[in-house]
Amino acid sequence: MSSETKQILTTDGIPLEISLKKAERKNKIKAFLLVAPLLLFLIITYIFPIGEMFTRSIDDKMITKMLPKTFKSMETWDGKELPSEDVFASFLSDFKILVEKKEHGKLAQRLNKEKNGFNTITKKLFRQVKRNKIDETQSIKEQIMKVHKRWRNVEYWQAIKRTAPPYTSAKYLKAMDMYLNEDNKITQVSEDRRIHRILWLRTVEVAFFVTVFCFLMGYPIAHLLATLPMKYSNLLMICVLLPFWTSLLVRTASWMILLQQQGVVNDFFVMIGLVADDNRPEMMYNKVGTYVAMTQILLPFMVLPLYSVMKTISPSLMRAGKSLGGTPFVAFWKVYFPLTIPGIGAGCLLVFILAIGYYITPALVGGASGTLISNQIAYHMKTTLDWSFASAMGLMLLGGVLVIYWLYNKLVGVDNIKLG
Amino acid sequence: MSKNTEFVKFDKVDKSYDGKVLVVKDLNLNISEGEFITMLGPSGSGKTTCLMMLAGFETPTNGEIYLDSNPISNIPPHKRGIGMVFQNYALFPHMTVYENLAFPLRVRKVQKDEIDKKVDKALSMVSLSGFESRMPAQLSGGQQQRVAVARALVFDPAVVLMDEPLGALDKNLRESMQYEIKHIHENIGVTVVYVTHDQGEALTMSNRIAVFNDGKVQQLSSPDKLYEEPVNSFVAEFIGENNTFGGEVTDISKDVCKVKLQNGEILANPVSVTSKGDKTTVSIRPERALINPKDKMDNNQTGKIEEVIYHGDHTRVRLDLLGNKEFILKVPNSSNELDLKLGNEIKVGWNSQDARALDPK
Repeated sequence: MSSETKQILTTDGIPLEISLKKAERKNKIKAFLLVAPLLLFLIITYIFPIGEMFTRSIDDKMITKMLPKTFKSMETWDGKELPSEDVFASFLSDFKILVEKKEHGKLAQRLNKEKNGFNTITKKLFRQVKRNKIDETQSIKEQIMKVHKRWRNVEYWQAIKRTAPPYTSAKYLKAMDMYLNEDNKITQVSEDRRIHRILWLRTVEVAFFVTVFCFLMGYPIAHLLATLPMKYSNLLMICVLLPFWTSLLVRTASWMILLQQQGVVNDFFVMIGLVADDNRPEMMYNKVGTYVAMTQILLPFMVLPLYSVMKTISPSLMRAGKSLGGTPFVAFWKVYFPLTIPGIGAGCLLVFILAIGYYITPALVGGASGTLISNQIAYHMKTTLDWSFASAMGLMLLGGVLVIYWLYNKLVGVDNIKLG
Repeated sequence: MSKNTEFVKFDKVDKSYDGKVLVVKDLNLNISEGEFITMLGPSGSGKTTCLMMLAGFETPTNGEIYLDSNPISNIPPHKRGIGMVFQNYALFPHMTVYENLAFPLRVRKVQKDEIDKKVDKALSMVSLSGFESRMPAQLSGGQQQRVAVARALVFDPAVVLMDEPLGALDKNLRESMQYEIKHIHENIGVTVVYVTHDQGEALTMSNRIAVFNDGKVQQLSSPDKLYEEPVNSFVAEFIGENNTFGGEVTDISKDVCKVKLQNGEILANPVSVTSKGDKTTVSIRPERALINPKDKMDNNQTGKIEEVIYHGDHTRVRLDLLGNKEFILKVPNSSNELDLKLGNEIKVGWNSQDARALDPK
């Protein structure tokens, strides 16, 4: 028994474990140095930007810094009736500093986002301050309330109080067509302004069906690739990979040439008499175009994992299934298909994740009814410059992908993914 | 009960894959019910192709195969009811041992309790009771092999095909499995068609052996006859060890002939030579040639020892005899008195009956 617990020593008397660690340390350092550039690259280009995106999407510090005294004195205010003289005085003193720094415009803009109508009353207050009309020896509350009747409305002061926390979930709520109302309750925006939820649903729907189409088309191709003799399968493999060698833009553009109303496909339909010349169906600038182009572009991502899994399945398994009395269908369904599930999982996950964030193709062939959430993100990045909103939507997309990954892990198990 | 001697019948079967080369040429083979027959031959000799045609995975290019007098060329594999053990077992990796064995029964819509009974019986036959819930990957090679055998037998097929089933096992396991399969065959009396390229395996297990070469059956006979009386030089060469002399027949009578070698002349048993002047290869098994023979033998020659190799139970001696520098003798280790030294000249004798004059190589 004692020999089991006894430490094993090398011939030099050093404990074996320490000696082994010492011997392997050099290799470990070498291995780490080899991957260090990549690790650094990932931290700079991936982990850091995601963190930055997250802080940007919830950041609301600007106004917190603009009205420090106001928020301090508002801490004791119950928010039901108009605040006390003290709050008005702090607000005026904060506002004067902003006027000096010429930042009162930003404040008006931010407050206006919280509640419409702040623009006008802030401008009016600014004029009064500029002309030194406010006498600080008198009641400041009374004087401000006289500037505009809205300053007498408690709702506007409540709106200011709502902006106090340095962080906000407003962007995330907005992406779900919701907002925080006066009572700090999550409320849906009015029916005619709900655009984002439709986009989310459409994105998931398109990604789902593109995955299904890719699977339906990719499975037989992958099976053919895995079973054909080498000289034919190589040629077929090149055909499958050919799309990778062409620029994404070129491929999308060629789909536009094919699918437009005066395009090749429509011409062919007219030629064989399937549709009338003056009644050509629209296959582009709608969901059809998005489905067709995205399925073609993402197909290799389905075929390759399937192929690599099918390649490892011995043909004698199907033969065994048949010789034991299974019809070809039973042998396929009970023996072959279950063994390809790791490949199906990997392919579907890959295609779905790529499809859910797809951007160029829906932007070019999607039209109004075929745009996806990624197009909306790009729109806010480039046109409205509301980067925090774009960040929030981007993170929600990332979160969605992680949820799908988690679900997949629960249902199938990530260990079952096989990419090669 | 008279057994059907033409239970499986290959009738003038030809097989070609590319339309240019025949892999199997004019094969006629009858297998009787309950027989253990082995198809033995080097790789590419067409033996596996024959098995695949019988299983239904290949179709004959010409000719017909009969199972119990019914032509089966147009019956798909899953309706033939032939069990098969594959080279790499082909166990379904995603099913437990029980599910693997139950598969052929489930597709035949056998009742659940009947399945349990049959699986139990099949597993105890290969002494693997209690392994039902294991996955194939959790079994050793020999256990996987036995599961594959049990699966091929569990649905009581009339014929079981085995395609080099022991090829992936190590030597000791292979030998014990040979006996095990042989005993299973003896116990249940199923017809077995076994394919191998290992002659030792074929000799120990089979009732009859069909030696394949070049798409043809070279000889079909029992193991002992195959070894003792090969009908041509390919079989003599392929089965066991073999000393050969090339020469020309100078004189021939009913059961003995004179063969002139490059430097010498010997008496031999005329197997496939018919007349004077025929070219021939004379084949002598190493254990049939004796050193310093006590009995009188009709061939007596002197050879020079070129090499002595110790083999444990016997010693192999390589001689330079009548111009053949590869003449092998097997000397049992009980005969210690012999002076086996390199360069010594020793006397060697054998009976003309054991020197078979076959076709020239």
